[in-house]
This record gives sequence, C-alpha cells and structure tokens, in this order.
Amino acid sequence: MISKEEVEKIAKLARLELTDIETEKMQKDLSAILDYFDLLKKAPLRQGSAGHAPKVRDGSLRKDDVLPRDSSVVERIITGAPDKKDGYIKVKTIL
Amino acid sequence: MKLTELTIKQAHEGLKNKEFTSVDLTKAYLDKIERSDLNTFITVTRELALEQAKAADVKIATGEFGMLCGIPCAIKDNILIQDVKCTAASKILENYVAPYDATVIKKLKEQGVVILGKTNLDEFAMGSSTENSAYKITKNPRDLTRVPGGSSGGSAAAVAGNECCFALGSETNGSVRLPASFCGVVGLKPTYGAVSRYGLIAFGSSLDQVGPLTKTVEDAEIIFEVLSGKDGMDATSANYIFEESKISLKGLRIGIPIEYFAKGVEPEVEKIVRQAIKKAENKGAEIIEISLPSTDYALAAYYIVATSEASSNLSRFDGVKYGLSEPGKDLLDVYLKSKGHGFGAEVKRRIMLGTYSLSSGYYDAYYKKAQDVIGLIKNDFVKAFEKVDVIFAPVCPTPAFKIGERVADPIAMYLTDIMNSGSSLAGLPGISMPAGKMGDLPVGLQIIGNHFEENKILAVAEEMEKLLK
Repeated sequence: MISKEEVEKIAKLARLELTDIETEKMQKDLSAILDYFDLLKKAPLRQGSAGHAPKVRDGSLRKDDVLPRDSSVVERIITGAPDKKDGYIKVKTIL
Repeated sequence: MKLTELTIKQAHEGLKNKEFTSVDLTKAYLDKIERSDLNTFITVTRELALEQAKAADVKIATGEFGMLCGIPCAIKDNILIQDVKCTAASKILENYVAPYDATVIKKLKEQGVVILGKTNLDEFAMGSSTENSAYKITKNPRDLTRVPGGSSGGSAAAVAGNECCFALGSETNGSVRLPASFCGVVGLKPTYGAVSRYGLIAFGSSLDQVGPLTKTVEDAEIIFEVLSGKDGMDATSANYIFEESKISLKGLRIGIPIEYFAKGVEPEVEKIVRQAIKKAENKGAEIIEISLPSTDYALAAYYIVATSEASSNLSRFDGVKYGLSEPGKDLLDVYLKSKGHGFGAEVKRRIMLGTYSLSSGYYDAYYKKAQDVIGLIKNDFVKAFEKVDVIFAPVCPTPAFKIGERVADPIAMYLTDIMNSGSSLAGLPGISMPAGKMGDLPVGLQIIGNHFEENKILAVAEEMEKLLK
C-alpha cells in the first residue's frame, strides 16, 4: 500500500489540500488502481516507440502573432476572475 | 406524434410545412423539462431559447432556412456558450460564466439552432455514470432506478427522455458512446481531430472530442457534418470535409474482435450484439473474426494518459483565474484551499493519479509505458483495418447499472468503459446505436471505423438501423 507520506508528497506536487480522511481514502484507492496498472508490465516491449503524442498536422501551425480579439471577450474574462483591479486580474504577492 | 418526440428531420419538415413554429417546439420542450424529474439539466436557458426560437421563426417565414434552423438542442455543461454559466458539474466553476462561444456552439448558432440549456455530467467529464456531478444525479429515462451512463449522461437522458431534439456530448473514453448505449439513443464519437475542441473544457487533450447524441443515425450525421472541419483555434483539428456515403452491407467486411466477446460480457448483451451481426451477415456482409491482442492493456494505458493530461489541464483552476477562490495567507495557500474545496472526490483522485504517473521516479513505469502500449494498440487497429472495413462490438459488457451500485469502487466504475479504450486511444471514430433490449434496458451496438471514415460508419449504421427497427 502506498504510504501516507507518499500521498502527501503527491498532493503537495498537485497543489491539492486533502483532509486526513481524504488522505487515508486516497492511500487505499490509489493503491488499488496502481495495482491494476501493474498489468502493463506484462505488455510486450516495443522497439523505437514514438508513443501517442497527437501530431500537429502539416501546415496547421500559425505564425506566433498577436491576433486581434474582441475587447468584450477580454472584459468578460476579467469579470469572471475572482479578484481584479483596474481591468487586471489580481494575484497575491509572490515574493 | 408529440412535438417532443420528433427527429431533427421530422421537426424540420414540420417547420417547413408550417404545422408548428420553432416557438411552439421550444415551449413544448421547456414545459417537458420543467415537469421532468430526470435531473438532466444543470442550467435551463429559457430566455435564450425563446429569443433564438423567435429569430428562427422570422427566418423560417422567408422560406430560406437550413435543416437545423429552429431546432431545440441541449449542450453538455463542459462546452462554453457565451454569457451562459458553464460549471463542468464542479463546485469550482459554480458561478463561472463563459466569456465566449466554443467553436461547435458558434457553428450551431450559425445554423439557427435553439439552445434549451446545459446538461449534467460527471464533474469535468470524469466518470461513467454521471453520479460524479457536484449538483445532481441524473436518472435513466428507461428505468429511473438506473444511471444514464456517463459522462455525457445528462445529454443522453435528455435525448432519450424527449427533453431536446438532439444534444452535444463530449468523449475522452466512452463518454458519448456509453450513455448512448445505456439510454437507447445514437451517439457518435468522431475521429480525434475531426471536430474542434476550442471551448470544450479540457480533460485529456490528446483524446477529447465533441460528439452528437441523437434519436436517429441520420440526425447524428446532420450534426456531425455541421460540427466537423478545420478550426484555426485548435491546432489539432484536421483539414477534413465530411462527405456522405451510401454503403451496402452486401460484401462489407465486418471485423469481430474476439477480445470484445471474451469473459465478462453479460450473455444477454452478447446475444443481442451477435443477433445484430447475424442480420448484417444475412444481408450479405462478410463476417471476419479479428484479434486486437493489446486490448487487455487499453484501459490501464487510458487511465494513465488521461489522468496525466488532466492533472496538467486542471492546474488552471487555481483560485486566481476562474471561479472559486478560497482566501489564504499566501498564494500557495490559495491554490491548496481552492482546489481542495472546489474539486470533488473523483477529480481529486484523477489529479493525484496523473501527478503520480508523471512524477520523478514513476514516469518511466507509468506514463512512458502507457505511451508505448498506445503504440501497440494503434498497430492492432492498423492491422485489423487491412482486413476489414468496419468493426462491430458491444459498447459495454452490461446494460445500465443501478444508481449507487459502483460509486464506492473506482475500478468497477472504470471497467465500464473497457470496450471504448482501445479505439479512443487510437483516435478512431465510433458510433453507438440501439441494438436491442434486455427487458426495459437498451443495449448498444458499437461500430468502429478507420480514421476520418465517419462517412462509412454512419452509412453502415443507417443500414443496421433499418434491420434493427
């Protein structure tokens, strides 16, 4: 079973606050699911695998230009943010 | 026939022949939704719907109008409609109002559709029963004690319960096909890249697609044709133009994957699907047994890749940019509390799984291994489509299960989608259509095609629909 410390470490990486009850349940659930994932160990090795990263199709990349957007969309985005000031989204002090 | 029971095509004919107006149609659905106890909608957009219906009636009066003009629909609540709340069935987006239209919504609006509201789903589309919604439990219209499937359960139940003429859902792994099967409607999961994902709240970006839920195969085709195509706002959308095909079952090579009829499939489900296959054979189709040897690994690979992508995608809900923001002593505290309080149990579980799979020390064993397995799965399908035109399979090993039956056991819930994982990971299109019933419970037939061969699976499904009526 995955340890309490390990769950806490992953939760910290995920920036997720878990209660003690949630942490305990997560230990149990993650262990069961990770055990199920173990069946992948039986999968044959594949040489030179390119994986599944979705391919961006030829010619579909646009130039890295700023595209004009409707200013009302910008206003709507800012209106939806929890904390804002003077048309900007406000973030807590980082330093 | 009641107004709410019409297909898109029938409703269009009625509007054309002035048997009723779009406002009549819209009011009939709104009344039905109001009286309903299925819990299909999170938000009903009554005013928007009536406004759109009135505009449609003006256009209809000119005599020049398209197939979808004035047709009322429902939209899964993870697809953005400008100025309408979009919750993704999560508390973290309880008061979030969409700032713009998703491309699929823009396309539907251009056709003059009427939007009745936003349908229930599993939170952030993570689930197979719609029980993971933070708001309500949607009931299956065919049996109120059972789930409608998920994650597009509200959309499928709204179509089956005649609360809309058609609906949009989204699928990452089975989320259109499964509820279609459980509710006895048609659901199409397009090829990855066939439909723009712009404005669909991201879950597993390498897999997510928007797809229609409809009463008939013909209706699914009508919607898919409108939704599909290249979009400058989604670099993974393809230059693809849908063209309708007519395909006869005579001489059609239908692949039957032995792995999809293995142990675990309920005998009655297998019987219904095999009967459908037999009917195709009687019409001259060639039935070919095929093997997709990596099928056993598909579900595990899916859960690793999708949760990894989700853990990254959902990091944007940080209490700064959208929705719920819990006060904290510093920025980190805001992140921890907003996510901790805003996300439900399944979403947290998946963020944790994805973070674990991507974390240093486990990346090779999980994420990288899953990517390798996806390569194997894709190869299986490449080989299969050398021999066959389409693949027939069940959608799910069982019909709709009871509400509450699988909520306590995440793995039992995950296994519900075991027959969709392979084709999802390979980016293939699949359609689920009603094949028969176990008592009151619908059982779906799944038809999987090669990439961008929606024309083929839709044409075959239309032929099958005639045989299965």
